[in-house]
Amino acid sequence: MSRILGLTGNGAVAYAVKQCEVDVVAAYPITPQTLIVEEFSEFVHNGEVHTEFVCVESEHSAMSACVGASLTGARVFTATASQGLALMHEILYIASTLRCPIVMGVVNRTLSAPINIHCDHSDMMGSRDCGWIQVYVENAQEAYDWVLQAFRIAESPEVLLPVTVNLDGFILSHSLEGVEVLDDEEVRSFVSTRKPVITIDPNKPITVGPICFTDFYFETKRQHVEAMNQSPKTINEVNGEFAELTGRRYNFIETYMMEDAEAAIICLGSTAGTAKAVAKRMRGRGKKVGVIKPWVYRPFPAEQILKSVENIGSLAVLDRACSVGAPYGPLCSDIAAVLYKENVKLNIFNVIYGLGGRDITPLDIEAIFNEALEVAETGVVKEPLKFVGVR
Amino acid sequence: MSEEQKPGWRSIPIAGIITEPGSAMKYKTGDWRAYRPIIDEEKCVNCLLCWIYCPDAAIKRGEEKVSVDYEYCKGCGICANECPVGAIKMVEERR
Repeated sequence: MSRILGLTGNGAVAYAVKQCEVDVVAAYPITPQTLIVEEFSEFVHNGEVHTEFVCVESEHSAMSACVGASLTGARVFTATASQGLALMHEILYIASTLRCPIVMGVVNRTLSAPINIHCDHSDMMGSRDCGWIQVYVENAQEAYDWVLQAFRIAESPEVLLPVTVNLDGFILSHSLEGVEVLDDEEVRSFVSTRKPVITIDPNKPITVGPICFTDFYFETKRQHVEAMNQSPKTINEVNGEFAELTGRRYNFIETYMMEDAEAAIICLGSTAGTAKAVAKRMRGRGKKVGVIKPWVYRPFPAEQILKSVENIGSLAVLDRACSVGAPYGPLCSDIAAVLYKENVKLNIFNVIYGLGGRDITPLDIEAIFNEALEVAETGVVKEPLKFVGVR
Repeated sequence: MSEEQKPGWRSIPIAGIITEPGSAMKYKTGDWRAYRPIIDEEKCVNCLLCWIYCPDAAIKRGEEKVSVDYEYCKGCGICANECPVGAIKMVEERR
């Protein structure tokens, strides 16, 4: 029996973590993430969960404690944002290559300087190559749903990789929505308990994290790459089981009005909601536009994206982060690489938007759609990389 | 062991863990040595300062004299520095 609760994005994450019966949470507060661990600490205080809540002195320590806890076989969660994620950076790589199935809520916020607490994706994109599975959500419901699925995916012996669930700072983290939640018992049977592959046992000592020079480092990393490459199978299975349980069908990407689209926008996170609303409105005026939203960013859903763009004439790739000095922002670089690799000639252009929480309005999105339609018609990309919403 | 003979990524333990204790003995760190300590047995007074100071436990005690375990000695030269009678010389390795 599902119920609808009024939850913020952060509240939805905290509620999901509570239902997943997490053993250890080690976390440090940072805006706009703080409410996740603050609300969770109330569950701990009220005795609603058995979780060991570790108050640490920094995010570097938070992730370090998570790695240690995860290696003991515990189910582990933490959350962070922005500078906090940046401070965790070196430990993120340790967590993933040591194959610790930690789940982390990342409430996307820009990186300093100038100091700013609002949304963009530069925090996660800055740690893009840390070897974690990375999911981006559009609303609080998706945040709740993906946290439940994240534990299943991360802890699967076939995967054994940490997962970040990214939600847009303030836009999602602090907005109240009706979120359909499962009963505790349903979550318990869906998520189950963690069955660790590597176990710490005094009677059978092992060494974790030994030095690995030129002779074995490369092999260990190659193994990590393979785990990521094999993860889509498990992600797909978990999505399928979740759909059976809830009726909410997730996939690597969501496509909206793409069947006969001539031009499309692809973007991560909450902006997809705005883009879908604008697309629907423009459809009413006969403009054939659609939206592609990757839920899963790592592993990169190349196959699904290629299939979705098969019949369009132009694609606008929206990046809420910029890679200063690079030809494109991070999402567009991936897309360009995939198109080139498969020899697909599609006219794309990259839009950098919303840095430091600058709003992207329906009018901005409409202008981008119109430009994409023009590119589809003329076959000419006037501006391969443009900044929308900056003065 | 040559690079070809070592196990590949498909067969090594997950996450670079070492599955059994005591395996450090199999890692012959003597390969790292650039300078080799040579003990002049005539000068050695068996005071055991080198044995105490060696960070790799690579000085072996004998009946009356000490010797170096070259399989593990990394050639740091601490023994030569500490020897009060100048019985240990560091000689460049020629391989």
